[in-house]
Amino acid sequence: MMDFLRLFGREDVSSKDIAKERLRLILVHDRANVSPQFLEMIKSQIINIISDYVDIEEEGLEVKLTRMKKGEEITVPALVANIPIKRIKHVARV
Amino acid sequence: MGQVIVITSGKGGVGKTTTTANIGTGLALLKHRKVVMIDADIGLRNLDVVMGLENRIVYDLVDVVQGVCRLKQALIRDKRFENLYLLPAAQTKDKNAVSPEQMKNLCEQLREDFDYVLVDCPAGIEQGFKNAIAGADKAIIVTTPEVSAVRDADRVIGLLEAEGLNEPQLIINRIRPDMVKRGDMMDIDDIIDILAIDLLGVIPEDERIVISTNRGEPAVADENSKAGQAYRNIARRLEGENIPIMSLDVEPTLMERIKMLFGLRSRR
Ligand SMILES: Nc1ncnc2c1ncn2[C@@H]1O[C@H](COP(=O)(O)OP(=O)(O)OP(=O)(O)O)[C@@H](O)[C@H]1O
Ligand SMILES: [Mg+2]
Repeated sequence: MMDFLRLFGREDVSSKDIAKERLRLILVHDRANVSPQFLEMIKSQIINIISDYVDIEEEGLEVKLTRMKKGEEITVPALVANIPIKRIKHVARV
Repeated sequence: MGQVIVITSGKGGVGKTTTTANIGTGLALLKHRKVVMIDADIGLRNLDVVMGLENRIVYDLVDVVQGVCRLKQALIRDKRFENLYLLPAAQTKDKNAVSPEQMKNLCEQLREDFDYVLVDCPAGIEQGFKNAIAGADKAIIVTTPEVSAVRDADRVIGLLEAEGLNEPQLIINRIRPDMVKRGDMMDIDDIIDILAIDLLGVIPEDERIVISTNRGEPAVADENSKAGQAYRNIARRLEGENIPIMSLDVEPTLMERIKMLFGLRSRR
């Protein structure tokens, strides 16, 4: 049974490290106190601004709060936006 | 003038009441400090049971606040430990029977006569929590090495700061050195790293806590209890002594010893 479970768990990473990383991410959200609505708002404004220049795939657009490496040991909270582009509009090349 | 310390956690069941009983008793045993413990968990009182004082209750916290009796009448003196008193919570009333303002007044009154006023906070961050922290000038946060408990601790630290209760101190309860060793439990450094607050002490998981609670005798008075030792250390730290965090290394098992003997396994 144990071996069977091992296939699925990431045995190379200790469970406490997983706990620690999950906790860090949870606390980034808790501390920043950002609501899903707030992220939605940012999302729609991003669409507004950049759609003048590029065609973006709106369903694929993702805005999230996460943690980013800044140097060897330090990680900082980061707002990350993933914007899939369909086509760059002509105006952008001016 | 004594100090008022609230013992809180956010998450329930992590050891607030156990900690209040043991620190309270520990301080009373140590240099005979005059200590009163307030059970602020109205409706779910427990501190009396952990202390083995449940048969001595006549009046409670709500009676005092509502003027049904005088403060002195409601204080239960623990006959086993000199200078230790308990103000029990009401069991049948609800937590809105007391206001933060009333708790504050009560704590002010008690600190005139006692070196330490310890407040056992209910779980959660609602009215009961707000009442419990109202009169405090210092907070001890209890957590266990689990994601949910540490998360709640973080939340409570924020709420305490918003109320002007800065620099709370942390107690990590129910550490299992064997699990920490094999990487299946967050250890002290992990948690301190994440919460970034002062560490007051670390309490190991200890079945003697259960036994002592069965008997109604705090483990801090038990010479053979590791958790009791950890609580004795905490009491001394609160008194300003510089006591290092005790090592919780597990004894190697017989099999490990044999392996070590044959050089099959290096000592960790
Ligand atoms: N170090 C420990 N080792 C073993 N058992 C423990 C330890 N600390 C606490 N416990 C047990 O955990 C249970 C919960 O403890 P306790 O009542 O002190 O928590 P609490 O935070 O006051 O709970 P609540 O939020 O309900 O008020 C009790 O049964 C207690 O005996
Ligand atoms: Mg309790």
